[in-house]
Amino acid sequence: MIPAAFDYHSPATLQEAIGLLTQYRDTAKVMSGGQSLLPLLKLRLGSAEHLVDIGRIPGLDYLREEGGFLKIGGRTREVALERSELIKTRYPILLDTALVIADPLVRNRATIGGNLAHGDPANDHPATMLAVRAEVSAVGPKGERKIPIDQFFVGLFATALEPDEILTEIRVPVPTAGTGGAYVKLERKVGDYATAAAAAQLTVQGGKITRAGLALTNAGPVPNRAAAAEQFLVGKATDEKTLAEAAHLAAEATTPNADRRGQVDYKKEMARVLATRALRKAVERAGGKS
Amino acid sequence: MSTHQIQVTVNGVPMNVEVEARLLLVHLLREKMRLTGTHIGCDTTHCGACTILMDGEPMKSCTILAVQADGSKIVTVEGLEENGTLHPVQEGFWEKHGLQCGFCTPGMMLTSCALLERNQNPSELQIREAISGNLCRCTGYTNIIKAVQYAAQKLQSSQAPAQSAASKEA
Repeated sequence: MIPAAFDYHSPATLQEAIGLLTQYRDTAKVMSGGQSLLPLLKLRLGSAEHLVDIGRIPGLDYLREEGGFLKIGGRTREVALERSELIKTRYPILLDTALVIADPLVRNRATIGGNLAHGDPANDHPATMLAVRAEVSAVGPKGERKIPIDQFFVGLFATALEPDEILTEIRVPVPTAGTGGAYVKLERKVGDYATAAAAAQLTVQGGKITRAGLALTNAGPVPNRAAAAEQFLVGKATDEKTLAEAAHLAAEATTPNADRRGQVDYKKEMARVLATRALRKAVERAGGKS
Repeated sequence: MSTHQIQVTVNGVPMNVEVEARLLLVHLLREKMRLTGTHIGCDTTHCGACTILMDGEPMKSCTILAVQADGSKIVTVEGLEENGTLHPVQEGFWEKHGLQCGFCTPGMMLTSCALLERNQNPSELQIREAISGNLCRCTGYTNIIKAVQYAAQKLQSSQAPAQSAASKEA
């Protein structure tokens, strides 16, 4: 399959890229790893008159802890999460997530910023970034602005990014003592979107949950946190009954579509099961027992 | 539609070529360079039949624009043998019957080469994970695993410099 004709631009700097986006606005698309965009263009489900490839702009590819955050450059490839000792030891929820995105060959090109900016509720990073309460930076003609992850996803394939903005950085707060997180996914085969998946991050102090993050993948048209479940968890002990009730609340709030991955009832039930498993694993990694 | 002059090194040979913006890397390789060992299977980033090494990493060439390969080093299955001698991974697929119809084989072998560059002694699970983006509809994978294990042993035991895909890129 061959995409419809477009002009290709490979800006050398962020400013040049934003200039192109300002000039072409809605007729332009930003390409990062291209692993979602190129299939869309090939299938002609999407089109662009101008592709602005940010692949050669220096300084958008990094993973480092700084100022209380894990800072992830917008164009950092998924494979970087898989190979990073920092991620493995300090942010296992991000490693969990990376390892179930698409397949290893796709992860050699796909980027974390692209996974978020695509705005697909079936993608895996949105739930994880909601659970860890990340924040993204976008740069446009007026400079940089910070967008809390709760304000980032605004619709199906729609984000808070303006047509002339580029997602440049994702910031994950460095976990405090007693914090653990996990991402678990049910997929029919490697490379499939989630039938259901859950991201959980809990902070446990003195046997009580003091902070809770929980979000589900492919659970509705817009990636969203399981707010009722989070509120329920805070202040409770990490016993099995509490986790089960939180998972039940999270699954109740989902609005999945029936498709070849399953019917609505099945998907809601799987959301409950996976939320339970993610919460258990988060408790375990927080240093407590569930 | 824009056209672009790009420079790519394919199997060690530098080439200058003009490409349309929308030309896919797999089409550049197959149709312009006549390197038809790189296959088109699903054409939707699922099957891995089009896998090539780009700067040493296995990627799906149906989901890369040719213009994105500007300045990079590409290895296709045609670049694995050297002076008529099979790469140890190719030898493994031959010895262990790692193929039946052969359609997935070029991609399987390139992914396996990249794995063995990073990990000289992969476990069965690591091999299975590494090739999880390459689909085979014939073998049930068992003999592919054996072929990669054969290649790993051969590469470890050979004193001669490995005929590595990565060293060929240099």
